[in-house]
Amino acid sequence: MSEIKKFLYVNRKAPYGTVYALESLEVVLIGAAFDQDVRLIFMDDGVFQIKKGQNAEASGMKNFSPTYNALGDYDVNQIYVEKESLEARGLTLDDLMDLTYEDEDDDWAEKKSIRLLSADEIRDLMEESDVVLSF
Amino acid sequence: MKISIQVNEGPYQHQSSDSAYHFVKSALEKGHEIFRVFFYHDGVNNGTRLASPPQDDRNVQQRWSDLAKEHDLDLVICVAAAQRRGIVDDGEAERNGKDATNIMDGFRISGLGQLIEAGIQADRLVVFGD
Amino acid sequence: MLHIVNKSPFEKDAFTSCMGHASSSSTVLLIEDGVFAALKGSAVADQLSKAKVVALQSDVAARGIEANLAEGIELVDYAGFVDLVTENRTVQSWV
Repeated sequence: MSEIKKFLYVNRKAPYGTVYALESLEVVLIGAAFDQDVRLIFMDDGVFQIKKGQNAEASGMKNFSPTYNALGDYDVNQIYVEKESLEARGLTLDDLMDLTYEDEDDDWAEKKSIRLLSADEIRDLMEESDVVLSF
Repeated sequence: MKISIQVNEGPYQHQSSDSAYHFVKSALEKGHEIFRVFFYHDGVNNGTRLASPPQDDRNVQQRWSDLAKEHDLDLVICVAAAQRRGIVDDGEAERNGKDATNIMDGFRISGLGQLIEAGIQADRLVVFGD
Repeated sequence: MLHIVNKSPFEKDAFTSCMGHASSSSTVLLIEDGVFAALKGSAVADQLSKAKVVALQSDVAARGIEANLAEGIELVDYAGFVDLVTENRTVQSWV
C-alpha cells in the first residue's frame, strides 16, 4: 500500500430526499477499513444528515441515522460541521446527534467526534486534502 | 499521470456520464493513465446492455463499452448500488436468484473498496455527479 | 486547488457555496449547467472575482451563451480540463 492519504468526504445534501447521504455513509464505512486519514465535512444541507431525532418510520424510508453513531467504532472521528451552514438553517450544535469515539491514546476516554468549523477553516481542510469524495 | 473517475449519475437523465466520458477520452489522448472508472449511485445504470437509445442520439452505455475495449479500461459498477437498481452479471444472478443478466460488455461488478483503492492508487480522483 | 461546479447558480447553491470556500489562488471550473454562473451582469456575477473562473467551452457553446459571458472568463476544452486536473493536487467537485 502507498502512503496514507487524506480522504475528505464532503456531505452537502440532505437525507431521504435523495439517496446520496445513505450511499455516502456506505462508502465511509467501507473506506474506514483502508487505514487512511479520514475526515467528514457536513455543510450546506448536509448538516441535516446528522440532525437529532430522525424518525423515518411513517415515511417508509430506511432510517439510517443510527449508523452515524457507529462511525467512532470505525475510527472515523474527525467529523467537521460548518458553523455558517448551521446558522443559516436556524440550528445549533445541540440540534445534532452526539457523535463520540473512544480515544485509545487517552485510556479509552469518550470524546466528541464533531467539531464546529468556520467556512475559512473548512476551506483549509479542503485545500490540504488528497482525495475529495463529494456526495 | 494516473487518474481515477467516479460517475454518480445514470445515462441521459444527467450530463455527468457524458462529461466523464469526454474527460476520460481526452485524458487518454493526452497520454494519461485511467486507473479506474467507478460507477456509483444511479451511475450503475451506465452498465446496462439492454438500452436502445434513438438512432440519432449517442449511445452512452455502448460508448463506454467501446472505449473500455479500445483502451483496456477498468469500468467498475458498485455491487451495493447495482443490487438496489437491478444491474446484474452472472455472479449476481446466481447469488440473488435472478433469471436474467443485463451487464454490458466491458463493465464488471465489484465492491465499494474499489472506489477507495482508486482514490489511494491514482494521483487524482475526479467526481462527476449531480 | 481545483473546484468543479456543474450546477446552475440560479437553481442550486453549489456555485455560491464553492465561491465562499475557494481561496483566491484556486481555480473554479464551470461545466454542464455550472456555466450559467459565468453570465455577464447576472445576480451572481459579483462572485466571479473571488477566484480564477474558467468555463468548459463545449458546455458554453451548447447553451448558446458564448456572447453573454462576463469579461475575463477563460474557456477551456476537455484537454484543458484534463490539464487543470493534473496541475492541481486537490480536486473537488461541488456536486
